[in-house]
Amino acid sequence: MTMRADVAGLSFRGRTASIGFARGPFIRLNSSENSARLAGTPDEEVLSLREAIQSAAEQIAELAAAVGGEAAQILEFQVALLEDEDFLDPIFASLGQGMAADKAWSSALDEQIADYNSAADEYLQARSSDLADLRDRVLRTLRGGDSQPQAVPRGAVICADDLPPSRFLEIDWSGGGGLALLRGSPTSHVAMLARARGIPMVVQLGALPEAVTALLDGESATLELDPGAEQITLFERRREAHRKSRATARAILRRPAATWRGERIRLLINVQHVDDLDHADAQYADGIGLMRTEFLLSGPGGMPDEETQYRAYDAVLRWADKKPVTIRTFDAGGDKPVAGFTPEGEANPFLGLRGLRLCLARPDLFKVQLRALARAAIRGNLKVMFPMVTVPAEFEAARGLFAQVVADLQAEDIGAMLPELGIMVEVPAAAMTIGDFKAAFLSIGSNDLAQYVLACDRSNGALGNLADPLHPAVLELIMRTAEHGRRSGLPVSLCGDMASDPACVPQLLYSGLRELSVNAPSLAQIKQTIDRLSHGGSGG
Amino acid sequence: MLETSAEGPFVTGKVRLIHAAGMHARPAVKLTKLAKRFQAQISVRASEAADWINAKSVAKVMALRAPRDATIEFKAHGEDAEAAVAALIDLVATDFPDAGA
Repeated sequence: MTMRADVAGLSFRGRTASIGFARGPFIRLNSSENSARLAGTPDEEVLSLREAIQSAAEQIAELAAAVGGEAAQILEFQVALLEDEDFLDPIFASLGQGMAADKAWSSALDEQIADYNSAADEYLQARSSDLADLRDRVLRTLRGGDSQPQAVPRGAVICADDLPPSRFLEIDWSGGGGLALLRGSPTSHVAMLARARGIPMVVQLGALPEAVTALLDGESATLELDPGAEQITLFERRREAHRKSRATARAILRRPAATWRGERIRLLINVQHVDDLDHADAQYADGIGLMRTEFLLSGPGGMPDEETQYRAYDAVLRWADKKPVTIRTFDAGGDKPVAGFTPEGEANPFLGLRGLRLCLARPDLFKVQLRALARAAIRGNLKVMFPMVTVPAEFEAARGLFAQVVADLQAEDIGAMLPELGIMVEVPAAAMTIGDFKAAFLSIGSNDLAQYVLACDRSNGALGNLADPLHPAVLELIMRTAEHGRRSGLPVSLCGDMASDPACVPQLLYSGLRELSVNAPSLAQIKQTIDRLSHGGSGG
Repeated sequence: MLETSAEGPFVTGKVRLIHAAGMHARPAVKLTKLAKRFQAQISVRASEAADWINAKSVAKVMALRAPRDATIEFKAHGEDAEAAVAALIDLVATDFPDAGA
């Protein structure tokens, strides 16, 4: 095999489920799909199923005894189900009607799984992988497949569609390693286990090609496949920096506020679900600078109703208590298509009907979100911002719609109010005419701003260094926006990836920004970066 | 509280669910495990739902989908019904402590 040391490997981004770093062989777990069995007599099927359930219960109990603690408690749910007569009796009853044991078992479990998946509660949805685990374990025995799990070398970056907790526990993690899941969820049991064990884990990576080696960075939620020498060097540097700074950063995190040149720097966090607030460092944030809401659109129940949305927003406001929470209205379209909502067949979706443009084109759906937000506004310190605004007329149209929704709610005697309204500054035209917008606050979306100013698709690896957010043209627009905020007394923050990147933070402060919104796992590091800068360090 | 019905005397009791995540996997496992230690037939329901379900079935207890602050009611009949209801109410009221903790 030829060494291609200077050729960059592919890089993929997902969602962080557990931070940390792993470098090792890239191993795909195959999902065991053995062929269906032929039904014997009802008595034979009953006996087979009883034995399979018995053997599954023993395997799980053994595993639980070996791992102990929280992991054992998670497995207890599976054992309890296998001992639940109310649950098993209907399955055995269907065997009496001539159904094959494997079919009866999997259809009963599939029904439960579908039921959990359709729950509004993300916690319950995440439990469905425990049930899938149980289904597969019993099926392996019933279908005569080897119940031995696939061997995994120590220190491997393991790739699977999703991973049940029992499979996670069967893997030997003593030599390190990490988890890269194509689907999965940060709130799953397996994510809880990975965090507890300090195993890096990235979920929702989408489709991945075959590869021999991998670098998994749980902090930036990236997976690099068959990396080149330069990627490996950079990865090891990040890993080393992470290790060194973690202890000191956490000490700095507990200090009350970050300051630079005597000015208070507000550090807020970006979140998606209320569960993102479970991160141990989240409590040290000055508030939530960006809550994304698009995820609500891709739930199993399709478009979320007003109540579902209200609960999602209210949960975050309750967590934040008196701290400010900025919620961004649906930012779908572009690279975030949503079936039944975003238009299909656009030649250039990044320049198409996305963000606020799309919401204004679908007032029926937009109004549901605005109603939920107006109701949530009375519950805490809520601000709402609109993404992808190009001209003031769009902002005014959204404000008008919002005001009308508030009036409607009040007429129905439902508690509601109009929150403070702001805009995302990410379209260059808006950044250059920022004085024309009558917004109460501004938030710079540096990812899209850089992409539009530089005409570079950030996800296109072929563009390499050209997609540089520190390009003078991007910084110029950031500076102008910050300057406008300073002169007119409007708060200006920045919530793109730049804010979470220690290499960019000095430039952002020099550009006049005093408010950054970062990912919770980066909070300690960014606070430390600012601390170093204000003590005369180069920050590099 | 001791009442009577067609099936004979039964004991009832209610308690508020304070567990932050509601009646999820771990509380449900603890509740059903405890219920199974008693001979009595024990039913449970949440928030005054019409149906009472078997408190010894983890699948059914999970299916209650009882959120935080829901009222959990127990109904038991049998020899040790009184002890069963008292123990279950104590478990919920103390927020499902770990055994031996």
